[in-house]
Amino acid sequence: MSTPTVVSPGRDNSRPKPVVTGVVDCDIHPSAASPAELWQFLPERWRTYVAKFGTRLPNQPTINIVPYPRMSPGNGMRMDSWPPNGGFPASDLDFMREQLLDACGIEFGIFQPLSGASMSTNLELGAALSIAMNEWQLEKWARQDSRLKAGICIPQEDPEASVAIIERFAGNRDFVHIAVPTRTMEPFGRKRYRPIFAAAERWNLPICMHPPATGYHCNTPTGWASYYLEEHVSLAHPPQTVATSMIMEGIFERFPRLKIVLVEGGFAWVPPLAWRLDNQWRKMRDEVPHVKRPPSEYLREHFWFTTQPVEEAERPSDLLDTIRWIGANRLMFSTDYPHWDFDDPSRAFKVELSAEDHRAIFRENAVALFRLNEKLDEK
Amino acid sequence: MIAPFACAPDFDPPILDSIVSGPYSGAIDCDVHPAVPGTAALMPYLDPYWREMHALRDLDRMDLMSYPPNVPLSGRSDWRPATGTPGSDFNLLQKQALDHFGVRFAICNCIYGAQAFYDENMAAAFCRATNDWIRNDWLDRDPRLRASIVLPAQNPDLAADEIERLAGDKRFVQVLLLARCELPLGRKFYWPIYRAAERHGLPVGIHAGSMFRHSPTQCGHPSFFVEDYIAQTQAFAAQLTSFVSEGVFSKFPGMKVVLIESGVTWLPAMIWRFGKDWRGIRAEIPWVRSTPGAIIRDHVRLTVQPLDGPSNPKDVERILEHLGSEDLLLFSTDYPHWQFEGDAALPPELPENLLRKILVENPLATYPRLKETIQ
Repeated sequence: MSTPTVVSPGRDNSRPKPVVTGVVDCDIHPSAASPAELWQFLPERWRTYVAKFGTRLPNQPTINIVPYPRMSPGNGMRMDSWPPNGGFPASDLDFMREQLLDACGIEFGIFQPLSGASMSTNLELGAALSIAMNEWQLEKWARQDSRLKAGICIPQEDPEASVAIIERFAGNRDFVHIAVPTRTMEPFGRKRYRPIFAAAERWNLPICMHPPATGYHCNTPTGWASYYLEEHVSLAHPPQTVATSMIMEGIFERFPRLKIVLVEGGFAWVPPLAWRLDNQWRKMRDEVPHVKRPPSEYLREHFWFTTQPVEEAERPSDLLDTIRWIGANRLMFSTDYPHWDFDDPSRAFKVELSAEDHRAIFRENAVALFRLNEKLDEK
Repeated sequence: MIAPFACAPDFDPPILDSIVSGPYSGAIDCDVHPAVPGTAALMPYLDPYWREMHALRDLDRMDLMSYPPNVPLSGRSDWRPATGTPGSDFNLLQKQALDHFGVRFAICNCIYGAQAFYDENMAAAFCRATNDWIRNDWLDRDPRLRASIVLPAQNPDLAADEIERLAGDKRFVQVLLLARCELPLGRKFYWPIYRAAERHGLPVGIHAGSMFRHSPTQCGHPSFFVEDYIAQTQAFAAQLTSFVSEGVFSKFPGMKVVLIESGVTWLPAMIWRFGKDWRGIRAEIPWVRSTPGAIIRDHVRLTVQPLDGPSNPKDVERILEHLGSEDLLLFSTDYPHWQFEGDAALPPELPENLLRKILVENPLATYPRLKETIQ
């Protein structure tokens, strides 16, 4: 089995990129070439529905554009990610192979599919779209290139339908996780979501939580932000709410094998959150007697964090403290292809990682968590 | 451009030669909490209309839900009065917060329900009464006490009026807002407050707490108080992001913001993320011309309690270095809130130079009115 070659990331973008191989990318966003490509997987009733009424997402004031328009075409795509065939970024397998998988030495790419299925205000449509997304990921991608791994989309606000969808797809090892947005309707530790946790545990599938482009509540606790920049900075907050809620609700006492991956929230916030959780729990633990141990222990045992966007410390070496505090065994590299804030595996970290930490972050942690070797062993 | 902390004082030895001694002799405590014992205490400061409304509408028990009196956070067990809300007993605060620690000054930040009412006229009336009560019942009774002007953020024009009404009394050294408001605090809606505060050399203090206008998290309402309190850091981060993104510090170059009871250690990670994002998409806010980290260090200070930090002093040293400046932290006990045990208001083994800055120099540089009022 290949291991990643050691890279020496530099800050000089003009020099040739170091060669990296064997990387696992935990955050890739595939696109449909057209809405019809996805809709072919919908039953007739819902094909007709979306054609007439569209998909409605909460707090979405405009029809064809997100509430905080991005700073590059295609809703924030990398400028060079438009395929030569003229299609939408990440809609063409050959170009994704060339620009991402081959160019960045990616041996496995984990999809974090974004469709609005999970945020649809119409729950039945959300369930139908989730199923369509899952079948589309298989047909168009995972069955065409064994490096690509799918995530099971679910309408998490309808836990009953979510469990049925998990049961339908989880036996297929092309699916390596359950995909849920970080901005859920209620904090994710709340009681309503427990059936989803039971199903995830039953199938030994991690739940990957990725920020959606909209949410049921204000994007700051002090009202709606004005700018995309503010919204983007604040995307580091929902993962903190997910961790706080699940720990303080005692979820991991009930589901001791549950594993949560917080995707695209960065990770430098993790140590301060752990310290604050412990400091405040020590005083207020009478309120949450079901939390048996210091909260940071649950955080350390049940959560993984993908790296993008890697926070760029003002003194780059300060980031090494952060990695030491979290533990390199909980970080997993991700690119966020094809979005504008893509992290290149050869340049994402502005500090030199030890060879051991590098292997863990760029490959081994993800291989173990998503059980990517199982498939290899079968071959 | 005016550098807001340019008038950092020469270190002034007499200030340390305090009349009393204690573990923090001569220090400046930038966050203590007198509590309104009940609306009856405010009656002398309400006009006849609101006195009548007090009776008619039963306007009593207005403690803010952010600090329910019996929650452990709201009062350390040895700092609770025999009866009543923690912080409501003047003699106890004088003895425990001032005499015991030996502080030179303590800044009173009154957190009260008036700051959260939906009726802006009611809010303004009760903020006025609260400020007058602070002046007469606290500031007049101990020369070491200073205070923040409690503002009705519901209506920034009324808030600015309140600043103008009280700014002549130099014992008011700051204006006070809550961390969770109706709108992000950088919005132009609030600029009348900043114009008045800057004119009078008053930093804008933002204290943990909520006006309860929106859910405390982007995922709705958490079940428990402890989650709500932990999530306060998200509000502080959102406010800083807003101040910088809206260009507030370009419009008001002398303005200072003090984050009070913020938790502190979340700030470096936020600056790193904000800086990277800004480099990528700064074309969205072309009026912001330097890095968010530099702007924040030029205009923002933080009180030190709670310092939600690691247990190992070496790691504490590292996270404080991540802040990128020794000028940012202001000593506070957060009395009577329960943040630390005994006298451990600061982590052990801080370097002497940093200690002196936190205890005295940074507060003096932040609150120019403190120096003006030294007898």
